[in-house]
Amino acid sequence: MEQTKKVVSEAEAIQMLRQYNEDLLPKKFGIIGKSWAAFLLIVFLTGVYCYTNQLRQGLAITGMRDYVFWGIYISNFVFFVAISLVGSLVTAVLYLMNVPWRAPLTRISEVIAVAAIVFAGLIIIVDMGRPDRILNMFIHGRIQSPIVWDVLVVTTYMTLSILLLYFPLLHGIAFCRDNLKGIPKWQKWMYKILSLGWKYKTEQYNVVKKAITILSVMIIPVALCIHTVTSWLFASTYRAGWDSTNFGAYFVSGAFLVGAGGVIAGMYLLRRFYSNYDRYLTDHHFDRMGKLLVLLAVVYGYFSINEYLIPAYKMKGEEAEHLHELFTGYYAPMFWSVQFFGIILPIIVLLFKKGRKPLPMFIMAICVVVGAWFKRYLIVIPTMSMLPVQEIPEDWKHYTPTFQEWSITCGSLAGALLIITFFVRFFPIISVWEIAEERGIDHDTIYKHLNESNEK
Amino acid sequence: MSKKIKDNNDDDKKRPTTEEGTDRRNFLKLGVFAAGLTVAGAGLQKAFSTEKDSGEKTKVLTTDGKVVEVDSTQVKGCQSCCTSRAESREGIPNKKWVMVIDLSRCKDLLKCQHACQKYHHLSGMNVWLKVFRMQDAEKTAPYWMPKPCLHCDKPPCVKVCPVSATYKRSDGIVLVDNERCIGCRFCMAACPYATRSFNWGDPELLSETTGECYSPEKGFPQKKGTVEKCDFCPDLLRQGKLPHCVAACPNGVYYFGDLTEDTVTNGDETLRFSQLMKDKSGYRLHEMLGTEPSVYYLPPVNRLFPFKEREKEDANKAK
Repeated sequence: MEQTKKVVSEAEAIQMLRQYNEDLLPKKFGIIGKSWAAFLLIVFLTGVYCYTNQLRQGLAITGMRDYVFWGIYISNFVFFVAISLVGSLVTAVLYLMNVPWRAPLTRISEVIAVAAIVFAGLIIIVDMGRPDRILNMFIHGRIQSPIVWDVLVVTTYMTLSILLLYFPLLHGIAFCRDNLKGIPKWQKWMYKILSLGWKYKTEQYNVVKKAITILSVMIIPVALCIHTVTSWLFASTYRAGWDSTNFGAYFVSGAFLVGAGGVIAGMYLLRRFYSNYDRYLTDHHFDRMGKLLVLLAVVYGYFSINEYLIPAYKMKGEEAEHLHELFTGYYAPMFWSVQFFGIILPIIVLLFKKGRKPLPMFIMAICVVVGAWFKRYLIVIPTMSMLPVQEIPEDWKHYTPTFQEWSITCGSLAGALLIITFFVRFFPIISVWEIAEERGIDHDTIYKHLNESNEK
Repeated sequence: MSKKIKDNNDDDKKRPTTEEGTDRRNFLKLGVFAAGLTVAGAGLQKAFSTEKDSGEKTKVLTTDGKVVEVDSTQVKGCQSCCTSRAESREGIPNKKWVMVIDLSRCKDLLKCQHACQKYHHLSGMNVWLKVFRMQDAEKTAPYWMPKPCLHCDKPPCVKVCPVSATYKRSDGIVLVDNERCIGCRFCMAACPYATRSFNWGDPELLSETTGECYSPEKGFPQKKGTVEKCDFCPDLLRQGKLPHCVAACPNGVYYFGDLTEDTVTNGDETLRFSQLMKDKSGYRLHEMLGTEPSVYYLPPVNRLFPFKEREKEDANKAK
């Protein structure tokens, strides 16, 4: 590691730092940014409005009924938990492995993780029949129930993720505090409070680095736990399609894949809308992330084969019925599209060097993320129509999400994107000091440079 | 004795419902009176009134399973009283309820279902007792299979409930407390027999149940956003009566009884449970899942009635 570091002369370093700071300070949105935020806000608020309807009328406004009793709220929850795992992948795993190209990607992945896990928590409350009784979880909570495990690990992961986003950000907030000119008073206050009196001192960096190392070690098992426990919500039942010992690994591997897809999409969009970002999110980074995505897709493909091939070999009663529905029945078009666009096509495209250029990578990343959302739909919903369905109204047998249900679900997705969007607007999305460090500039130089610029 | 009354009082304060406030107050007053008289059987289920004896006697069941005779006027004041939520977690002492469903007797009359719906004030689409048309394989004969909650001894629903809103009692009954249920529906996912229903919207409360007190032993009034299911009618069992479905069936399909006494009855005949199992090869549903249901089935052999398709079903098919 030490050998790969370039040694930079002081003058050169200060030149580079000045450049970084200029490039990476958060900027005001242009017309595209503003309309994007407005669009998200409208979708989000429509979802909130529909949720107030649901609070009044109950879950009757959804398409769920006694046979298909978990719908897109739950599959969306699984999706959120899945995509939030990327925080631990890029920030923690790549950090501990000393992967040199990770620095500009950490904050993108961490903010995706925080936004997703916050909305995972919210959407699961939306799914509750009696959200007013949520405190019962603490008053009467039973540790034997996987739901209680899920609450414990999701809140733990949320805390660790927020800290892992916040500690490395202190430098950035302080820098905004000192260098952003002509900003409203509240924004100045926000930076002042959030920067916790950061003074760019070497001791402070050392404390933060120590904290990042500890958090990175802690967050990896917790990340594995959140998605494994989420898979157990299904695997701990007797139902065909859920009753599988493969579920934990299957879910975790799928989660890393969709998370990597999310980060690539974020990288591309940032590069597209901020002119100087291609200096930091270079083709090299796309190339590396592309290779990582192929690896993750292959691993996920492996667990998917495990998940479907062995039951398909046995064709046991209810399992057979379930697999027929997926392979050739009602869900077949969705099932095969998801497998093809979500796993197979990205592997093929990204194996070629030309495929690992930003634009094709972006398209593949969108395929992976959208495919992953529908994959969760296919994991959650078809299983529930496998029980004796007699004596129930015709429309209970099939599940079609209602408009309000879609609206609430889209609202949650828009909400998560809003968190990311506002974050990009107000905070540096690429970590200056980590990049400086990656490129061989030591703390003393950073410190000197910043104090100089502050004195001016 | 006085300590017991105090405990009752504390329990009372914790409970959020207000509708039955006056009943509750009477109950407490009466409870104190009962304590003063030191009536036999501490912690009587039914409360007592201060009115003068009429001379008529009524049998009531105490919580420890003793039958005590009290004056009928004493019982009167508390017709609508409910077994408290804490008490309905205990179960009726020294009992282990069991049900046997004789498939050879079922004609799909649905009297059981109608009685169940009526007495539990079930409205809308929620059906606690379903009668399925079963056909195990293409070339085997179809038969009718009533399916209540099986009240498993290893209940998967109870295992997964995050707040212990559904629970297993000492007498074998699995109940749902709809004042604690958070509506996560994990129990519905866990139940391999699909016996549970959910109140998706506001339940259509029928006029006779509005303002009635709630007890998990009755199962009504229903509440929005909570799970419900067949409860083996513990409110009737406390009175020494048979569940509604058992009493309503004209063909004696259902036998109900106490495993500790090894007896079951369908109202007409009372049989030794073990002998019945032996004679008619009783079995339970999905034995391989290890859920150990409290409901046994007798195979549909030597049937009382020939199998006839349900008309409603035919109509559905025609559509």
